[in-house]
Amino acid sequence: MQMPPHDPAILARRGEIVAALRALVPGEGVIDDLEGMRPYECDALSAYRQMPLVVVLPDTVAQVAAILRYCQDAGVKVVPRGAGTSLSGGSMPVGDAILLGLGKFNRVLEIDYANRCARVQPGVTNLGITKAVEHEGFYYAPDPSSQIACSIGGNVAENSGGVHCLKYGLTTNNLLGIEMVLMSGEVVRLGGKHLDAEGYDLMGLMTGSEGLLGVVTEVTVRLLRKPATARAVLLGFPTESAAADCVAAVIAAGIIPGGMEMMDREAVKCAEAYVGAGYPLDAEGLLICELDGPPVEVDHMVERVASIARERGATTVRVSADEAERVLFWAGRKAAFPAVGQISPDYMCLDGSVPRGKLVQVLAEMREMSKTHGLRVVNVFHAGDGNLHPLILFDANDPDQLRRCEEFGADILRLCVRVGGVLTGEHGVGIEKRDLMGEQFTDIDLDQQMRVKCAFDPDHLLNPGKVFPKLRRCAELGRLVVTQNRLPFPDIPRF
Amino acid sequence: MTASLRPRDAAEVREAVDWALGSGTTLDVRGRSSKIALGAPMACGAILDLSGLDGVLEYAPEELVVTLRAGTKLADVEALLAQRNQMLAFEPPDLGPLLGGVAGEGTLAGVVMGNLAGPRRLSAGAARDHLLGFSGVNGRAEAFKSGGKVMKNVTGYDLSKVMAGSWGTLAVLDELSVKVLPAPDCTATLILDGLDDAAAVAAMCRAMGSPHEVSGAAHVGARTAIRLEGVVPSVAARLAGLRELLSATGARLAILETLESRAFWRDIRDVRPLEARPGDAVWRVSCPPTEGPAVVARVRAGAPVARWFYDWSGGLVWLALPEGDDAQAALVRGALAASGGHATLVRATEAVRARVPVFHPQPPALANLARRVKESFDPTGLFNPGRMG
Repeated sequence: MQMPPHDPAILARRGEIVAALRALVPGEGVIDDLEGMRPYECDALSAYRQMPLVVVLPDTVAQVAAILRYCQDAGVKVVPRGAGTSLSGGSMPVGDAILLGLGKFNRVLEIDYANRCARVQPGVTNLGITKAVEHEGFYYAPDPSSQIACSIGGNVAENSGGVHCLKYGLTTNNLLGIEMVLMSGEVVRLGGKHLDAEGYDLMGLMTGSEGLLGVVTEVTVRLLRKPATARAVLLGFPTESAAADCVAAVIAAGIIPGGMEMMDREAVKCAEAYVGAGYPLDAEGLLICELDGPPVEVDHMVERVASIARERGATTVRVSADEAERVLFWAGRKAAFPAVGQISPDYMCLDGSVPRGKLVQVLAEMREMSKTHGLRVVNVFHAGDGNLHPLILFDANDPDQLRRCEEFGADILRLCVRVGGVLTGEHGVGIEKRDLMGEQFTDIDLDQQMRVKCAFDPDHLLNPGKVFPKLRRCAELGRLVVTQNRLPFPDIPRF
Repeated sequence: MTASLRPRDAAEVREAVDWALGSGTTLDVRGRSSKIALGAPMACGAILDLSGLDGVLEYAPEELVVTLRAGTKLADVEALLAQRNQMLAFEPPDLGPLLGGVAGEGTLAGVVMGNLAGPRRLSAGAARDHLLGFSGVNGRAEAFKSGGKVMKNVTGYDLSKVMAGSWGTLAVLDELSVKVLPAPDCTATLILDGLDDAAAVAAMCRAMGSPHEVSGAAHVGARTAIRLEGVVPSVAARLAGLRELLSATGARLAILETLESRAFWRDIRDVRPLEARPGDAVWRVSCPPTEGPAVVARVRAGAPVARWFYDWSGGLVWLALPEGDDAQAALVRGALAASGGHATLVRATEAVRARVPVFHPQPPALANLARRVKESFDPTGLFNPGRMG
């Protein structure tokens, strides 16, 4: 993974930059010693590591604004960071950039049950929001698997999802407002406790912008009332295509499950060996379908799902009898990644998204690729919304395996795009999929996105080296060549 | 007379924009003109009429996605979805009659470009939440795309969000992919009669915070309506729960069954209960739900003849006021100062819309950012110049 070369002029000015930051953020808020910076050298994409120029941990919005204004004036790059759980390298440090950690912004500012929203600082964890409101029967819906650690600010940056997206949406569908600081140091508030924007939906644009547009300093999220009940149905099928057909049939029948997960035979085997969730080992495709809502509705839907599954040839149909069993059904799925870790020294988790109707084709082609690349692949995915998480098994100590793994991963993502899908469903582009952006987008598509970036960050100082395979200067992107043309399609009467 | 260009495909859209750019001609970009009276008046060099881009290109019910061309009528898309028991969950309103036109003429793309949504906005989101991807032409006459046709996608910036609600000022969209959802088997509405505004909003907020999955909450006159949708046994059970929850309000309770309920919410969606008269200015106010009654009280203090009703549990206030010189903009927007939110002047004569900002003014840093975003798509200001102020 190639990152932009470090600017020697910036490296030479390190002492001066550290001093300037100390003047803005007192005490322990500036970390410039190697040992102190070590915890920040990578995020959850830990195959890639890099020490930042210096770490700064502000605790007020005014400090964030002052830091960004200083960096803008001094031409210093900035990498924002929440909890550092990005799986795509979104918060990986850059050697000639300061690392701006938002960890000290960890307070819940206001909970407003009547308007069903909470105003929190960006460093509050995703689960922390739910913990703050669950005693009143409320929760915050998006639930990425890292929710115990990941921050809501990072969720905004990545537009994080989770297993309940199909019914409850991603981060972008659950936000009401944000406050953010631009590289200029200007503080801008978007939205609030009301719905929709008075002008352009810049909050929607910010969500999922991977820290390249602005630094979020406050978030207002929508709270939902916890569903009265949830029950899970475990469905085993003799073929993967029967399992995939069942997913389509459930949705076509008008049922939107709270969660709809699929695991292939290998994943079932690993998970079962690891947690003993009682999964059927003879199934080629296993579905976990969760229905939530009022009890009478859940009972009704469970019956319908079970009967659709039987019509599709399910060999196992088990409905959770109680909460303990529901949790057990999920335990295997939730432990799938560590379970795979038991059978392989390393694995790479991918995140393509495809039309549901292409699932079977994609799985079959992936198996062929597995033979070509000589590496095993295990599949768990959010079948309800077509979001795949193939795990490629390899040994990172063998450089050839690492290389083959990267190539295999790239081939899988190209396949996703080829069948009408996209490179990433919820993990983000970051550095991981940056160089594949050209598979999905034309140069014009990417130039347009970079022009949007220029509107926020004209010097490309914020989170450099991420998302875009090649950066073009804003001045160059802004050039406009106009040629005179005749009035088009003259065969149509137009006056 | 203004030139009118009516492209028949995406290539001709690009050609038309290329010509406009080369000749320095600004474009009045429109679908079927049903919402042309919404926004600041424009003086454009030519009309870019997208009604020739007609038809649904792809519809796979089990994928929950429909892909259509920009000139496709909303009514046609809804009829197609209804055949498979699906719907556009954001309940797109038909503002045609409110704006002085006829019903059933607008395009789905037009609704998306206005980020409009009906009563189900509360539980299902707005148009912005359902636009999965698009292709179009920017102000450099370049064809580009963003998003896709899959449910879950975080690849690159989510330009769909900023297109929704841009009123055609950023780019000319030629193709859109929109998320669809199953239509509910049945719907029922609990009516509470006799509550004043404050009590009504309190009751609606309680209902919204209950586990009964409310999908609409409106208050018109002394009538408060709370909608439940879903499978039959579920709606019945939730209705019982809701009655119990709200019995303490002291209001008289009644129930609207499926057909009556549908008609009631269609009217709310299309702003009919406001009974806007000729000569009325119509405002659409978005505020925190609990603030709705206070906002209305402040407006009434300055304009006793104002008429109003609430949707979105109190968070959407429709207001009708005598138009006068300025549609009482200072009064309406001033009423929001303490509560937060925004007010859009949805209907007024051209003269008033030329004087009063139709869209809520933004603080300078935000307004400047919005201007730079506009320029990033349309550097010379070709598309709908001035429509958003």
